[in-house]
Amino acid sequence: MRGMSSIVQQIARLLAGVLFLFGTYIVLHGHLTPGGGFAGGVLIAASFILVSLAFGSVEQTERNLYTLSSVVESVGGVLFVGLALAAYVGGTFFFQNASIYGVGSPLHLISGGIILPANIAIGIKVGAGLFAIFLALGASRFVMKD
Amino acid sequence: MIELYVLLAVMLVAALVAIHIKDLLAAAVALGIVGFSVAIMFILLQAPDLAIVQIVIETLTVVLFAAVILRTTNTDTTINDGVKRELVFPTVAYVTFGVVFLILAGRALTELPSFGDPTMLVAKEYIALGLEKTGAANVVATIILDFRGYDTLGEATVLFTAVVGVLTIMRRAGRKEQDGEGRD
Repeated sequence: MRGMSSIVQQIARLLAGVLFLFGTYIVLHGHLTPGGGFAGGVLIAASFILVSLAFGSVEQTERNLYTLSSVVESVGGVLFVGLALAAYVGGTFFFQNASIYGVGSPLHLISGGIILPANIAIGIKVGAGLFAIFLALGASRFVMKD
Repeated sequence: MIELYVLLAVMLVAALVAIHIKDLLAAAVALGIVGFSVAIMFILLQAPDLAIVQIVIETLTVVLFAAVILRTTNTDTTINDGVKRELVFPTVAYVTFGVVFLILAGRALTELPSFGDPTMLVAKEYIALGLEKTGAANVVATIILDFRGYDTLGEATVLFTAVVGVLTIMRRAGRKEQDGEGRD
């Protein structure tokens, strides 16, 4: 993939970090404010997509990133299922919330028991998954163009 | 309420434009208008969660469409001017079915509770006990990740399947191409 013009590159340089930070904020505050793992994950993926569209990349890096992001996506999924299974350790049933984590004090960042870690797992999964899809589509175009 | 109907009219017009215009870039922009109108509608109906997702997804979609169109072709060659004879019967059939369905749906929908006055049986409990039982202030997060965690697990599985499917298809195509070129 080739990069884009220097105007796009400057804007992407300014925007990508803010976008990533905002995505992380939405994931971490999913249990307090509107948002959550899905919305924040898409924003995180968008920041990566912005960078790779604006600056371009070489094929080998793209392939490595593609493997890495599909592995990270699976890790997010396993993490989410693991959180659900962890309730068995506490002696209760699948997806039981407050048995082993504790509810925490409401309206604080550490609250809501399983909801915060589950949001983080979903955020990782959605972000890496969307970026992997983008890379798969982009990489195939790269190969077809040659 | 009136702004919702204005938005609906805008969306209908934009959707028709997206289908019938020959310039594909203009069609993608019209599709974006539909999507962002949906986002505004979510904000008006006080669902900021959905609005955030809708805005981000819509931006990504329009960017993807624009990228594909800029790299391939700009004109839709499948749109023909003039009436084709073999399309007359299907069109009439569609319109007839649509009218019948609308009449039946209109009768059925009058039986439903009116807008903004839902029948809440389980949801009442969720809203009343959400903060107390889970300690999370956002009632949407309470529902999707606690009371209805199974749904979210299913949703995550759907996404996982979609990613695996796309990766499988695209990777195969890439490998074949690579073998054809004699690379390792």
